[in-house]
Amino acid sequence: MTASEPETAKVEPESAPPREGLAALVGGYFERLRGGEVGILPVLFGLVLITLYFWSKNSNYVTAVNFNNIVVQMAGVSIIAMGIVFVLLLGEIDLSIGYVSGIGGVTVALLQQPGKSYQVAGLIAILLAVSVGAAIGAFQGSFVALIGVPSFVVTLAGLLAWQGVVQKAIGDQGVITIQSNTVNNVSNYSLPANWGWGLAAAAAVGYALTALFNVFSRRRHHVTARHPVLVILEVVAIAALCFIVVRISNRAGGVPFAGVLVVALLIFWTYIAKRTTFGRHVYAVGGNAEAARRTGINVKRIRIVVFMICSAMAALGGVVFAARLTSVDLNAGGGTILLDAISAAVIGGTSLFGGRGNVRDAVVGALLISAIANGIDLVGYSSATRFIVTGMILLAAVTLDTVLRRRQAAVGR
Amino acid sequence: MQALSDVDFEVRNGEVMALVGDNGAGKSTLIKCVSGIYSIDSGEVLFEDNPVSIHGPKDASRLGIEVVYQDLALCDNLDVVQNMYLGRELHDVLQRLQEPEMEQKTAETLTSLSVTTIRSTRSLVASLSGGQRQSVAVARAVMWNSRVVLLDEPTAALGVAQTRQVLDLVKRLAEQGLAVVLISHNLHDIFEVATRITVLRLGRSIGVFEREKTTQREIVEAITAGVPTQVAGIAESEPAGA
Repeated sequence: MTASEPETAKVEPESAPPREGLAALVGGYFERLRGGEVGILPVLFGLVLITLYFWSKNSNYVTAVNFNNIVVQMAGVSIIAMGIVFVLLLGEIDLSIGYVSGIGGVTVALLQQPGKSYQVAGLIAILLAVSVGAAIGAFQGSFVALIGVPSFVVTLAGLLAWQGVVQKAIGDQGVITIQSNTVNNVSNYSLPANWGWGLAAAAAVGYALTALFNVFSRRRHHVTARHPVLVILEVVAIAALCFIVVRISNRAGGVPFAGVLVVALLIFWTYIAKRTTFGRHVYAVGGNAEAARRTGINVKRIRIVVFMICSAMAALGGVVFAARLTSVDLNAGGGTILLDAISAAVIGGTSLFGGRGNVRDAVVGALLISAIANGIDLVGYSSATRFIVTGMILLAAVTLDTVLRRRQAAVGR
Repeated sequence: MQALSDVDFEVRNGEVMALVGDNGAGKSTLIKCVSGIYSIDSGEVLFEDNPVSIHGPKDASRLGIEVVYQDLALCDNLDVVQNMYLGRELHDVLQRLQEPEMEQKTAETLTSLSVTTIRSTRSLVASLSGGQRQSVAVARAVMWNSRVVLLDEPTAALGVAQTRQVLDLVKRLAEQGLAVVLISHNLHDIFEVATRITVLRLGRSIGVFEREKTTQREIVEAITAGVPTQVAGIAESEPAGA
């Protein structure tokens, strides 16, 4: 989302033209497409198809109200999926994220019960829930990193155990209602119209400044900067997207806070993954752990921290789910949460074999899954249909990825 | 288990010292002792005439000793710049990567080594040929003001043209004043680039030969049968078996 892809610089004599012409630029783009570097194009294409299909079945699908619904529906899965992207980048798996998200929701709910000695303010309850998630991640990650137990087994054990913990914590009540407005607002508050516009403006200006700074910084070091036209197009597109989203949301009560939270986390984690040494080391460990170790990277520390990120994000996602229902019950963290989150990351383009993927994959994948789920509810199909369709799309996404990878190998990329 | 005993090994600035021996002769073990992966039980390491202690790869790097492993230790999913700086990324206080600086320095290093076949420093390493990958691994080793570069079988998996590229690169390293240690099974390659040749056999050093004053046959016999240790530079005109 942010300018995350490293720009191309060429090792060429000084005499070579510093920039390519526009025609070469467009030609190069299509060449990359043919070579199999399609980015998120297939997902966007899928979104358009889904939108057209459900629109033709029910005109309520393409409305501002439903747009906001989808944003809130996808928030929980997006947040959990962002965490799992980091684990997948290492080539590991975390099967416990569903019930760890349940633990997050239950923690918040328990800390909100009125009259209890451990009742705390809403914000503190959320922070504590996320910390509990991080602690679970440190615990599970230590087994993987320090002892060498396969992550599949460690987190499978987690899947079972944390489900038990959720049920014990809720106990005979069966359901705990969340009293705090602060917590419930995470999923139910919408920003006033002017706030929405302000955020859109801030995002557009921020993106433009970052892009400008990058271009100047690259010029200063005499490495090839991207074509100015491309940069301008990108900035304009991002700005347009921000304002269009805010305009649609404002027609149905304002931008949902959950959507803002997802975008903020997306920017933050993309920054961590692409712009910091930590993120670089995560990709390196996922690509070749032995090579990373020999260059002095602390592979064990990276593994543990990544599992902490994943579980902490799962807990936060659980808070979002709980806030949406304003309660948690014995099913908290169950259902399709785990598989939806992993599917979202994979449909978005993150590889299950490590080293390849982006944080944004989680969000576009979650958007696709939520758009389908929402449409199927709206049209009145059964949830059986939903499972079948989502399953087919997951299979299609992974097949496409495999075919494209072979194509990339064939053209030598 | 004793892997090496009574081994003397030296390399001077500006020379290519070849290290040869049959499988199990102790070549890789010797390299791993010098680079800090194994610790030595007895003996000493002199660096610029001063005794130094090397207890880990970081100690070796600090002295300017870099190793290019046989498997290259590159990450296929990262690009050339990212691999060159792996584990030593330039960053500011906020741990922010300084990409333009790294990209510039990578391009400069590759240019200084006359590596011209890599089209873009932002190509993924997965997309490079064997020779190009070797070049990246060597360039990574010399980028850090290194003084000694140890190359483990750099041409073993390469074709003719790519072997050519890498051997040229090895020569250039020595011309730039670095001390280069080259492990190889290929005597043809060694006779092309080496200044001197150390032969190991069953964990003992057999001798040091000057390339100008020896023959491939003599080296082969030293590798397989072993001949009495010779002092470098003293031509005994008719070495045993020649």
